[in-house]
Amino acid sequence: MGVRRRTDRFILQVNPILCDGFGHCGELAPELVTMDEWGYPIINPEPVAYGDSGTYESARYAERGCPRQALRIRRVNEK
Amino acid sequence: MRGDALPRLMHGAATRPLTLAQHENVFATDRAPTSLAHELESSGLTGRGGAAFPTARKAQLIREQRGHNKFVVVNAMEGEPASHKDLTLLSTHPHLVLDGAEYLASIVGAKNIAVCVARDNPTVVNHVEHAIHERTRRSLRGPKLELHTPPWRYVAGEESALVHWLDDNESLPQFRPARPHILRIGHAPVLVDNAETCANVGLIGRYGASWFREVGTPESPGSTLVSITGAVERPTVLEVALGTTLRTILQSAGADADPQALLLGGYGGSWLAGSHVDLAYCNEALRGVGASTGAGVIVVLPKGACGIIETLRVVRWMANESARQCGPCAFGLPAIAEDLNHLAHPSRDPLSASKRLEERLGQIDGHGACRHPDGVVRFVRSALTTFAEDFARHANGSACAGSRATVHYASVPRLEREEELIWE
Repeated sequence: MGVRRRTDRFILQVNPILCDGFGHCGELAPELVTMDEWGYPIINPEPVAYGDSGTYESARYAERGCPRQALRIRRVNEK
Repeated sequence: MRGDALPRLMHGAATRPLTLAQHENVFATDRAPTSLAHELESSGLTGRGGAAFPTARKAQLIREQRGHNKFVVVNAMEGEPASHKDLTLLSTHPHLVLDGAEYLASIVGAKNIAVCVARDNPTVVNHVEHAIHERTRRSLRGPKLELHTPPWRYVAGEESALVHWLDDNESLPQFRPARPHILRIGHAPVLVDNAETCANVGLIGRYGASWFREVGTPESPGSTLVSITGAVERPTVLEVALGTTLRTILQSAGADADPQALLLGGYGGSWLAGSHVDLAYCNEALRGVGASTGAGVIVVLPKGACGIIETLRVVRWMANESARQCGPCAFGLPAIAEDLNHLAHPSRDPLSASKRLEERLGQIDGHGACRHPDGVVRFVRSALTTFAEDFARHANGSACAGSRATVHYASVPRLEREEELIWE
């Protein structure tokens, strides 16, 4: 608890009910998020290591920058 | 009834619902159930609502949860327009379903049972009300029985939408970030099971797991209710053993045993080409061709009908039934319906419509809060493979003869207003 190793992995997860398609996440985390035809995010489902700090930073920006607070960074625990 | 082989769920079915006394006479048993949870586990019963999740594992999950006031919810919403099994069951054997719900409540330790029937079926609502009244008049012990009547919508029967209704009077699906997710009413964990699943639990509680396994295949034991509509003499609900071939089912329903295609599972299910009619009707056999038994719906599409038109009608209705909570579903499904419309009535540039359709299917799949858009995508994908020749012909601009017919086979409730498809 509280310890985050560089090899642990996370995914960015959107709550599609809250999401209204503002499109901020696509600007803030282009390496994780692409937009569909209607402006809703399609997020890369592959978990990314926390050690990839550039991607993690963008994911945090996207999470904080979402006007509907629909994004969450979720840690994936699997061994 | 122990020795009898097949009418199990529909045993002794009359035109009126069985009263409590009649019910206990018909389903009399001499054995006292020993360990219900164990019996359920070894019976291998899977959910009959569509997902075919093992019922024992689901019950175990809720049993492990803390809570004083757990709920068992009997889902008899019957959102599929082509399905009639739950309502048939409730209007012949309401007490069998309630028995099963009480067994499940004793397994998970629930104090409340909520039976959910759509308010658009006043007859069935009356039958269930009467059955509940009979039980409470006889004894007030046991879990508290309640009847709830949410509005009839396709997604209102989805389990999280149903629980949302009971919790907060809103029939909208909830976002579940990780599976398995425990649904709750207030703080109390909820076990949601289909009405037919509950009826099967009622039988297992009475006669035991080994009796239950006498019928069906080792992987999916027991019998199931199948609603057959489309090109049949009369739409019926049949009880068949799992593992019966589709041909036998079609013949006993009085349908043409050599159809063009079958719609299996429901409107979020899949098409199956008519050449697969000798497959067994159970999930392990149907998985190989990308289909599943789903909610027990079979729609027979005869030769000469246009599969694209039928798909279009279903998808258009499903698009209208979206709860409009998630963008990919609210915008994507009408867009898919529009593409299919361009293909079904080729007017301008049907080739790019088919390309756009492929693209959009990939963008919608898995991007909603519930499985509603995924079901539609699966349905359209299966149509693309099953009716590949028709689609190629339509995409070249020459519609088939069937698409000009005015007879349709997939029963779809009429859209109230065509402009309901436009969402803002």
